[in-house]
Amino acid sequence: MAEVTVRKLNKMFDTTHVVKDVDLEIRDKEFVVFVGPSGCGKTTTLRMIAGLEAVTSGEILIDDTVVNEVPPMDRDIAMVFQNYALYPHMSVAGNMAFGLKMRKFAKDEIDKRIKRAAGILGIDELLHRKPRQLSGGQRQRVALGRAIVRDPKVFLFDEPLSNLDAKLRVQMRVELKKLHERLAVTSIYVTHDQVEAMTLGDRVVVMKDGWVQQVGEPLELYNTPANRFVAGFIGSPAMNFADVNVVDRGGTMWIENPGMNVRVPDHLQARMKPHAGKPATLGVRPEDLHIATDADPADLTFTGEIEVLEQLGSEILLDMRAGNSSVVASVEPTLRARVHDKIKLGMNPARMHFFDAATEAAI
Amino acid sequence: MAVTALGAGTARRPVVRLRKMEDERWLALALLAPTAILLGLFIAYPFAEGVMLSLSSARVGDPGKFVGLKNFFKLADDNIFWTSVWNTFWYTGVTTVFKLALGLWLAMLLNRHFRGKAIVRAFVLLPFIIPTVLSTFAWKWMFDPTFSVINWTLFKVGLISARINWLGDADLAMASIMVVNIWRGVPFFAISLLAGLQTISPELNEAAAIDGARPWNRFWYVTWPLLLPVTMVVMLFSVIQTFADFQLVYVMTGGGPANATHLFATYAYQIGIVSGLLSEGAAVSLAMFPFLFVIVVVQLLYIRRVETR
Amino acid sequence: MIEGAIWRRWVFSNLPLILFVVVLLFPFYWMIITTFRPDGELYRPWNAANNMPFWTNKPTLEHIYYLFEETNFARWMFNTMLIAAASTLISLFCGVLAGYALARLNFPWAGSLGTLIFITYLVPQTLLFIPLAEIIRDFRLGDTPWSLILTYPTFLIPFCTWLMMGYFKAIPKELEECARIDGASRLKAMIYIIIPVAVPGILSSGIIAFTLSWNEFIYALVFLSSPDQKTVAVGVTSELIRGDVFFWGSLMAGALLGSIPVAIVYSFFVEHYVSGLTGSVKG
Repeated sequence: MAEVTVRKLNKMFDTTHVVKDVDLEIRDKEFVVFVGPSGCGKTTTLRMIAGLEAVTSGEILIDDTVVNEVPPMDRDIAMVFQNYALYPHMSVAGNMAFGLKMRKFAKDEIDKRIKRAAGILGIDELLHRKPRQLSGGQRQRVALGRAIVRDPKVFLFDEPLSNLDAKLRVQMRVELKKLHERLAVTSIYVTHDQVEAMTLGDRVVVMKDGWVQQVGEPLELYNTPANRFVAGFIGSPAMNFADVNVVDRGGTMWIENPGMNVRVPDHLQARMKPHAGKPATLGVRPEDLHIATDADPADLTFTGEIEVLEQLGSEILLDMRAGNSSVVASVEPTLRARVHDKIKLGMNPARMHFFDAATEAAI
Repeated sequence: MAVTALGAGTARRPVVRLRKMEDERWLALALLAPTAILLGLFIAYPFAEGVMLSLSSARVGDPGKFVGLKNFFKLADDNIFWTSVWNTFWYTGVTTVFKLALGLWLAMLLNRHFRGKAIVRAFVLLPFIIPTVLSTFAWKWMFDPTFSVINWTLFKVGLISARINWLGDADLAMASIMVVNIWRGVPFFAISLLAGLQTISPELNEAAAIDGARPWNRFWYVTWPLLLPVTMVVMLFSVIQTFADFQLVYVMTGGGPANATHLFATYAYQIGIVSGLLSEGAAVSLAMFPFLFVIVVVQLLYIRRVETR
Repeated sequence: MIEGAIWRRWVFSNLPLILFVVVLLFPFYWMIITTFRPDGELYRPWNAANNMPFWTNKPTLEHIYYLFEETNFARWMFNTMLIAAASTLISLFCGVLAGYALARLNFPWAGSLGTLIFITYLVPQTLLFIPLAEIIRDFRLGDTPWSLILTYPTFLIPFCTWLMMGYFKAIPKELEECARIDGASRLKAMIYIIIPVAVPGILSSGIIAFTLSWNEFIYALVFLSSPDQKTVAVGVTSELIRGDVFFWGSLMAGALLGSIPVAIVYSFFVEHYVSGLTGSVKG
């Protein structure tokens, strides 16, 4: 049982304000991922929750107790570090035992827990080795094991997979997910990789420049991004953006720019009205574009020229130029086309996003 | 077919110009020669000469003749020699413990972020940079029996009522010399250990903190074992330098009072140079060698063990 | 960093650090204040009522004048400078070449030679000074700067070699291989590619070697005898003490002025000095 609550959390390093008014409620057994570009304050927030950085202002609560002044050793948390931070002079078993020894556990209890954790992670064979004799993936497991044996209230992960190669990363990601389901411990996970965030998180916190941009379930972020930054950060390949002008044509909202002239979908008409005559940003994901057919209404299509054609097997990515903006579209692998072909693309009206050009907030 | 075979046989092979310096062995020989000559002439040769000298009856102006181990037997009966042997060990042991403890403490104090850290570090190292003889004179002046500023301070604070004759009493003189040695050695320990501390990832201490280790446990279970290899090397250098020390004692007491503070080196100087008994002086100097040898071997073995475990 | 309360930081960190700095620097302050204090104030008994040891209101240059007018101090400075510079250059030359050979070349006994260098690195000067004095006399080098210029490298070369080995090992092999493919001979690759890259290491070795030779005492004490051949350390020790009488003012002035060149060199290259010092203990 552990809930973590963060209220109006701020952190200043000298004069740099790196974490700004972060508010968050993490529920018991929840897996929350902090994601954002480097320098967005996600790691600092995690380290404040761990007690490794002092809080400048605001409060951190673990289970209704304010822990701002509680040293890390008394917070009953476990942390997996980016570089694993395995004690190089201790064996794998020694590394896992250390936290229990410090808490004065009995010898047989320590052995029991190490055995159990080693079983879960499949590292029974490695218990007597030193960290330097292990591969990257094995070190990662030991670092996890060290956290598991502690049976803590909260797990903290600081980009734990970033030092692994791509294949191992996918594999460990799956294992982490299974592990969380099995142990059901409140977990906070920091990463800069949006795929990790989407696949692992029950909820995802997107941060930028110290501000929380949006908190939500992965699909919520994907479907209804709160602003242009979240829209561009979540999803791969990234969302296309085009600078457009909103125009009122006899009570109906249209958007236009040199390459397109499109009618705003009905469900957004009302919300676009106040923006008439102002610039805005249109956002469409590559997977929400398709080769236009006769069935597509003319006011939801535009024409572009293929500049690069990336054949991925399961799909084709078209890098196109339409007017003054470049657009990426993900289309069926059956398409027969060549570079410099001109193609008409259709948009899915239900999945168009508009952002205020000035505030970048979703409209 | 035959034609092809013939063609292959007469294929042109480039004429390789003989370049001696492209051969790693010749190049190495050339690069090492100046070093070998200088070290051979002024280390190996003097060492052999020293052994010969210690087995002779040479003195200034008299080449002497071979006398076997007579000089060493004479030393075995020499009370002052045994005092200096004891002094050397006592001096080395006590100062090393203090230098390590204080140096480590200072290194930990410097291993933080604070304003002016670079300047503090530069100043801290000064005692180690400034020529030892010159800074030791400042200490000798501070310990002066009549004009001692240390006495003045202790008196003003109210700790003493009569003067302390720092360099006039055998034990006090030894203690004073030790203080100066520690003062000079702590910066070296601190800066070297600081470099060692900086190679230890802060993540390890953080992990230990989260694992529930208090500051003392973090030091004892994480920092200290990881620092041990560097510590041992620093100790090795320091122990040898201290064991063979000359300048401090020469300036502070000249071996006095009543020959009570001699070390190997100062006693060798006293006999060999001041009294001109070259052979006996060389014997005192050489007597240092087996001790040094054992110290070095033991420490190197220990360092190897620490580094490979 | 694991942070703590402000008062703890002061009690456990800042105060001890200040104490360390004060104790470590006090003797230098004492040198300076003594240098500029008139004799009348210097030789006041420690418990005299009017004793004010930490400050003087009547600073004087008489001790410094005495140094330059009554002794060969300027000459000693020059000697020390010359000897330190020459022996440093010789040691750098030998040490860089030897360090390169030991770190980069494959040849029989490379390992044992490296160990041998390390062992000579550990030989203290006081072990050999008596036979060395005999040899210096045999070579007719006694009482000349050459006696020191040639013997100081015995402890400087092993140090430079050892340090340079570390620096050379850290330079990627590809750099040199690329130069050799581009048409450089081994020797040229060393001179034009590897040595320039190792300049920081050479600077570090050079600065430390310079301070070490400036600091050397026993060889200078034993090998030199005439007053105008002496180095600062020996000159100050022998010429400013007459029997039991210490000329404290001039002694401290000599110590102060004799320390200044080293301090200046050090202050310009602190970072190099520290990296050299710590490199030498990493092995």
